[in-house]
Amino acid sequence: MVVDGHTSPAPDRLWRNPEPKSNYDVVIVGAGGHGLATAYYLARNHGVTDIAVLERGWLAGGNMARNTTIIRSNYLLDASAALYDHALRLWEELPEELDHEFHFSQCGVLNLAHTEQEARDARRRAFANELNGVDAEWLTPDEIAEVCPILDTSPRLRYPVIGATYQRRAGVAKHDHVAWALARKCDEMGVDLIQNCEVTGFVTAGDRVTGVHTSRGTIGAGRVGLAAAGRTSVLTDTLGISLPLQSHPLQAMASEILEPVHPCVVMSNHVHVYTSQAHKGELVLGAGIDTHNGYAQRGSVHVVENQLAAAVELFPIFGRAHLLRTWAGTVDVTPDASPIIGPTPYGNLFVNCGWGTGGFKATPGAGWVFAHTIATGAPHPLNEPYGMERFTSGALIDEHGAAAVAH
Amino acid sequence: MLLIRCPWCGDRDEVEFRYGGQADVAYPTDPHELDDAEWGNFLFVRANPMGALTERWVHTAGCRRWFSVVRDTATNEMTPDIPRRRESR
Ligand SMILES: Cc1cc2nc3c(=O)[nH]c(=O)nc-3n(C[C@H](O)[C@H](O)[C@H](O)COP(=O)(O)OP(=O)(O)OC[C@H]3O[C@@H](n4cnc5c(N)ncnc54)[C@H](O)[C@@H]3O)c2cc1C
Ligand SMILES: [Zn+2]
Repeated sequence: MVVDGHTSPAPDRLWRNPEPKSNYDVVIVGAGGHGLATAYYLARNHGVTDIAVLERGWLAGGNMARNTTIIRSNYLLDASAALYDHALRLWEELPEELDHEFHFSQCGVLNLAHTEQEARDARRRAFANELNGVDAEWLTPDEIAEVCPILDTSPRLRYPVIGATYQRRAGVAKHDHVAWALARKCDEMGVDLIQNCEVTGFVTAGDRVTGVHTSRGTIGAGRVGLAAAGRTSVLTDTLGISLPLQSHPLQAMASEILEPVHPCVVMSNHVHVYTSQAHKGELVLGAGIDTHNGYAQRGSVHVVENQLAAAVELFPIFGRAHLLRTWAGTVDVTPDASPIIGPTPYGNLFVNCGWGTGGFKATPGAGWVFAHTIATGAPHPLNEPYGMERFTSGALIDEHGAAAVAH
Repeated sequence: MLLIRCPWCGDRDEVEFRYGGQADVAYPTDPHELDDAEWGNFLFVRANPMGALTERWVHTAGCRRWFSVVRDTATNEMTPDIPRRRESR
């Protein structure tokens, strides 16, 4: 077989690899999805282009490369529905806008209920979604079987499936391609994407940050935005800002490449697993965090075993598949399972963190509101409820129900 | 999987334990003295270092006793928490 690619010239680079300048209007720490989307919308929506995105490793090598790519907006509370559905509406625009294929597929998500109480909670969530203009349906087991024939909806299961919410607009996208699409656009608009550049501390003057110390020297900054996910509190600790973040390993896994068998995303809080099939054909599985704190990007095997057992119970056909790879990221979890996006006690330092197990779905939305926050110095209406002051006022945004099986 | 040394039972697999988070978090002597920020801090903020963390584990599937260890959160290396134990009481 002759493969054309072997004789074609090397493809153009998607972005430059510039040396850092001594100073930028805006320095973003972290070139994951959120840092890149923030730089993109700073340039696109606010005309700010003198931006450096500093990345300690390689571009989008953190959680952005490790997540299971589930995108949905069926959260319970008004603040969350607004934030996540805004993100979903941006996802619906981005394939055309970014002009770089990233396989956004609105294949739908089923959130299964296995107990009467879970069914009541799930229906309440679906009603709340409808009131907030988020598409949601309640399906019976027969209707579920039509959407996802490989799912065992028989009463044979230890915890039979008694119903599910269904969000048709939900789906998946190819995470690394999303990052590359954003990176390419950022670069085109003049943003410097600087890899192998670890931020180790801040230069401060009174209650302002004037720059960052990095492994490639000190870089001055007019404003600084943190999009460092699991390592955020390592940075804020150096400034004495105490954030309610706990960093945990979160694992996921994939099978070998198989024929398309799995038409949608299925999530089960109760038996604790979620599944989908990647565009390329791997079955992709995930579940919850490892309970202990950790930065090792490595989790324990019993966590993998538990979710495989749950998956094989729900999908008997998976019993024939092979587990090919498991991996882990470091996710920054908050007490109310909602992110922290907003100003800090340092006037020109802003944080976007605490997305924990579910921030991929928010990538464009987080970038949009964080760019607004950085550009104007004040939160966008969508992230106003998400400031760190809610842990003093008590106005928590408790989304443990909608976020339970870490996704 | 972590291999955890229970001070009473010896080395056992992580599955026999449950995690209890940061150790030595003292209940405020007089909660009424605390303002909202201090109370919020007590309720919600726990140490999250990359490096040594003194933490609680309980041997649920063994002797069912609580104990503390010092674990490096970057390498998972664990050492017993003996010298520091009384300090914060
Ligand atoms: C296994 C797994 C499965 C997941 N599944 C889903 C899912 O299905 N759906 C969903 O919505 N979400 C999911 N998530 C969560 C999602 O991946 C994260 O919430 C999201 O990626 C966080 O934003 P980010 O992309 O910017 O993070 P990251 O990609 O982690 O970006 C942070 C970047 O900051 C860099 N950085 C950190 N410290 C420094 C420093 N000091 N200096 C310079 N750079 C620094 C890091 O190297 C990293 O590249 C999952 C996460 C994991 C680990
Ligand atoms: Zn014991």
